[in-house]
Amino acid sequence: MVSSNLDFIPILIQFVFVAVFIAGMIAVSHYVGPKRHSKNKDANFECGVKQYGNARIPFSVKYFLVAILFVLFDVEVIFLYPWAVNFRDFGMDGLWKMVMFMGLLLVGFFYIIKKGALEWE
Amino acid sequence: MAENIKMVEAPEGLAGEGFFATSLDKVVGLARSKSLWPLPFATSCCGIEFMATMAPHYDLARFGSERPSFSPRQADMLLVMGTIAKKMAPVLRQVYEQMAEPRWVIAVGACASSGGVFDTYSVLQGIDKVIPVDVYVPGCPPRPEQILDGIMKLQELVKNEAMSRRDSPEYKELLASYGINII
Repeated sequence: MVSSNLDFIPILIQFVFVAVFIAGMIAVSHYVGPKRHSKNKDANFECGVKQYGNARIPFSVKYFLVAILFVLFDVEVIFLYPWAVNFRDFGMDGLWKMVMFMGLLLVGFFYIIKKGALEWE
Repeated sequence: MAENIKMVEAPEGLAGEGFFATSLDKVVGLARSKSLWPLPFATSCCGIEFMATMAPHYDLARFGSERPSFSPRQADMLLVMGTIAKKMAPVLRQVYEQMAEPRWVIAVGACASSGGVFDTYSVLQGIDKVIPVDVYVPGCPPRPEQILDGIMKLQELVKNEAMSRRDSPEYKELLASYGINII
């Protein structure tokens, strides 16, 4: 039996049904549910004491740097996969192109190391 | 099936072949009374007795209080166990106010009920000066059996409470008398 795109319509119907069901439940509980508010009741729970300011604190930039550099080099690795599969077919020409590509990224990597961006201190 | 398992009695209703019709209040009351999640507000010695009550020997969990929570949003009953100082009273009031309805309060021990032996300038003479209380458990400290008895009395209260009580004017008046104004 040849499968076609039309075979996946039941999945789409299921998906729409689930979305409508969840939205419906939330809407029903919002409109039918009890509403009892007071200023103190709606305030954030702070173990009974008064809340001072918000909870934001300064955030170390090293986490961001590690994550973003990982993404960059991971994308480079993704480009290496098709080359690895078709290594022989690409020949010397492909090798030279890939070496140029990785070389440029290597310059960037060298810069990162020299600047100490990966220093976790 | 073992013979010594106590089953919950079904409420009065019309039973038939494959159906049972009763009033929603009764069923909801039954369900609520058998699953009261406590918020342990343990301050002093009564808190230690509560720890013994939660421990396997006396086991509060078999009464439905399987999940104690320290967040008022997710708890049904506030168990105040221990001496509440006057400095602690606003904290207790805030915690009570932030609980989601339906909510009940048990004052465990003499200090929570009336200040206990500490009739002094710093001790609140009973938590019912700041929040409405449903059950008082006397004792200094009460034995775990007494705490369980208090919770069972609360279960009776919960079973017979109407679902509309929290919207009633009497409830609003009760809260207003403590300075809690629910809109």
